[in-house]
Amino acid sequence: MIKLPEPVEDVVYNIIRLANTKLPEDIGWAMEAASGWEQNQIAYTQLGAIMDNVKKAEHIGRPMCQDTGIPVFYVKGRFDSSIGKAIAKAVERATKEIPLRPNTVDPITRENCGSNLGPGMPIIHYIPTDDDFTQITVLPKGAGSENMTRLAMLNPADGIEGVKKFIIDSVLDAGGRPCPPTIVGVGIGGTSDVCVAMAKEALLIPIDVENPDPVLRQMEEDIFVALNSSGLGPMGLGGSTTALGVRIKKCACHTASLPVAVNIGCWATRRASAKITDNGVEYSQGVKF
Amino acid sequence: MHIRALKYLDEGKEVPADIEGSVLFHCGPIMAQRDDGSWYVVAAGPTTSARMNKLEPEFIRRFHIRAIIGKGGMSKDTVDAMKECGCVYLAATGGAAISLAEGLNRCSGNDWLDLGMAEALWRFDTNKFGPLIVAIDADGNSLYEKVNASLVRP
Repeated sequence: MIKLPEPVEDVVYNIIRLANTKLPEDIGWAMEAASGWEQNQIAYTQLGAIMDNVKKAEHIGRPMCQDTGIPVFYVKGRFDSSIGKAIAKAVERATKEIPLRPNTVDPITRENCGSNLGPGMPIIHYIPTDDDFTQITVLPKGAGSENMTRLAMLNPADGIEGVKKFIIDSVLDAGGRPCPPTIVGVGIGGTSDVCVAMAKEALLIPIDVENPDPVLRQMEEDIFVALNSSGLGPMGLGGSTTALGVRIKKCACHTASLPVAVNIGCWATRRASAKITDNGVEYSQGVKF
Repeated sequence: MHIRALKYLDEGKEVPADIEGSVLFHCGPIMAQRDDGSWYVVAAGPTTSARMNKLEPEFIRRFHIRAIIGKGGMSKDTVDAMKECGCVYLAATGGAAISLAEGLNRCSGNDWLDLGMAEALWRFDTNKFGPLIVAIDADGNSLYEKVNASLVRP
């Protein structure tokens, strides 16, 4: 979809709306497939309720979940420092007009400013590249899944098996709280901060895109099978649909470290991107990340 | 809402009377206001009930809550209080905020809006609200516990 050039604020508003009202196709397809093989009656009912809700939300253009989350932004390519202000304005407008739930509060006083802004907000990750376009991505992250985030500084001697065990335990210990069926984002390596950031970024990778790294691909498959054989099921009420996808990112780390982070995405793992070029704006919900 | 209701009760301040014997929905809805000042619900799915574990046992005992609608289940302490007071836990589908909002056909008021939209107390008239699953019954039988006990870990 190519549109005429428009102000960045409008583009950001559009991706916030798109992410909140329309589930990415790869996740929708995975949910439908899961519903086809789910044998547990309660699980089947839950998946049906979710898919019904997704259709209604898209049809009437309202947020599919009341927890419209903290919008996490990724700005990639060429950009200047004014983009942060445009994003903040778009968040404030989206909160009023879509509307989004005002979620941000002061962590100590718990006071809510009502605009989804406040000190340090919105959260923006800047990734400068030599490309001749700007790509802005939003990942609205709800608290139910975000609260289940885990980081482990494992012993390198724990190896791949230790990493897999930590990931599987993190998801199963979370139970129904992160709204399964989930997308499991994993970061392996880096320093502690980078590791957690990678786990969240992993949620931006569409679940129908094959991991180019054969070792990570195998790990994703093993964890996916283990989670869906666990019996946890949708909403933790039992069944064979616990995860819709597992996405792993890695980077180098210290020889004495093995950091692993898990950032769970609820079934409503919402994402949308806009690629702004000199010719216009292209919107998508499954960009290569 | 939980913190304030219990605090006000301790301090002898007035607490909205209709909390007593009510059905509690763990939900931070998106609400919007019409020109005439009345509120309507935009999206309202359940929030993670475990967040209320610390306060819920006392809340159930003091306000005689009949049913809790939420997601993810609650702690043993809460289930004990539910058993004592004949309260059940009904699991709603997490995130199904538009479908569930259809069952909340009228917002009949609110209190404590200063706590923020998500934490305030909202009152709703309901009609065909659901689907809901009895996940913890009034005898303390918990589907979550059953699922957890039979989880297969590699």
